[in-house]
Amino acid sequence: MLNDAEHVLIAREVKARTGALITREMCGSASVRLQPLARREGFGSVPELIAAARIRPDGALWNAIADNLAQSETRFFRDRQNFEQIRSTILPEAMNRRGHERVRIWSAGCATGQEAYSIAMIVEEMRAEGRNAAVEILATDLSERLLDKARSGLYTQFEVQRGLPIRKLIAHFEKAGDLWRISDRLRASVRFERHNLMQHPGQFGQFDIIILAHVLTSFDQPTRAEVLERVTDVLAPDGAIVLGLGETLPEGFEALTLERGIARKIKTARVAAA
Amino acid sequence: MRRCLVVDDSRVIRKVARRILEDMRFEIEEAADGLEALQACRRQMPEAILLDWTMPVMSGIDFLKQLRQEPGGDKPTVVFCTTENDVERIAEALKAGADEYMMKPFDGDILHSKFAEAGLI
Repeated sequence: MLNDAEHVLIAREVKARTGALITREMCGSASVRLQPLARREGFGSVPELIAAARIRPDGALWNAIADNLAQSETRFFRDRQNFEQIRSTILPEAMNRRGHERVRIWSAGCATGQEAYSIAMIVEEMRAEGRNAAVEILATDLSERLLDKARSGLYTQFEVQRGLPIRKLIAHFEKAGDLWRISDRLRASVRFERHNLMQHPGQFGQFDIIILAHVLTSFDQPTRAEVLERVTDVLAPDGAIVLGLGETLPEGFEALTLERGIARKIKTARVAAA
Repeated sequence: MRRCLVVDDSRVIRKVARRILEDMRFEIEEAADGLEALQACRRQMPEAILLDWTMPVMSGIDFLKQLRQEPGGDKPTVVFCTTENDVERIAEALKAGADEYMMKPFDGDILHSKFAEAGLI
């Protein structure tokens, strides 16, 4: 467990790097999650790690601490209803709008990649059904550690059993020792890149569908609005942002409307009339 | 309340599965092998069956093949729960009429997820 001074320090340094909120209540789990890092770096305890981070001038230990506290909870087809909506309406509508151009999808805060690969499976199944699905999938996270795992396409037996129907498992994965490896085709269909949501994502271009599920909850209220504003900036005019089930828009955020977990831009004319 | 037949030769696994499934508001019946399970189904078809593969007397896969031939045997939703994790074995189970498949070890989260995928919750 961290003491108050250690908590204040960690909360400040992590927020400065990733925007994520570390509350007093999260200190117990944060301490557990930092133990492997402390051991790897040669420290006897997490407080020793924090003490060393304070005096090390290059900030590398704070970066590693922030990385290890990054939100990593995810699963295949998390919030099944959202993926059903993507498959039945959001993606087909985007394809119709795009015509022969590629539909661009961004999984923002992708952690270990399960949501991005879930989309890739949907696209592949649509192709198998004869639909000419030209889709580009970008997945980003701020943690290189999580991105490395996502890029590897290797998942434990526990991970492939949470949210992934068995027919999809045997269609898209193969055994690799004790692990399961996603097919090369699916792995090649997702581009993983490091991106910190505290920065503007303009360099990635515009997207038709943005998956931002269970990401905003890591931030405090003002930061949520800032992150969502930046993400909305790169959303195509008729695009959709997919939030986690039960998530709401930050109070006073007027650029989007939210219906059943899907946020869309409010048309300018409607804003002007309001 | 919907009924689930838990078929496993391990009393510990049956007990763990019972506890989780009762929390999911299923009424539980237990069987220690495929033959006991078949007799239970002939008395009353359950809505769901959680099924081990390797058991004495009659294996899970033999039970499933026979169940699907029985009157009303197409009705129960069958979820395998086994240490068998080869792709060929999984494909064999699906071909025999399994609806979902989970690999041991499992926890409440996985059982919940698999029952959701099978349309049971």
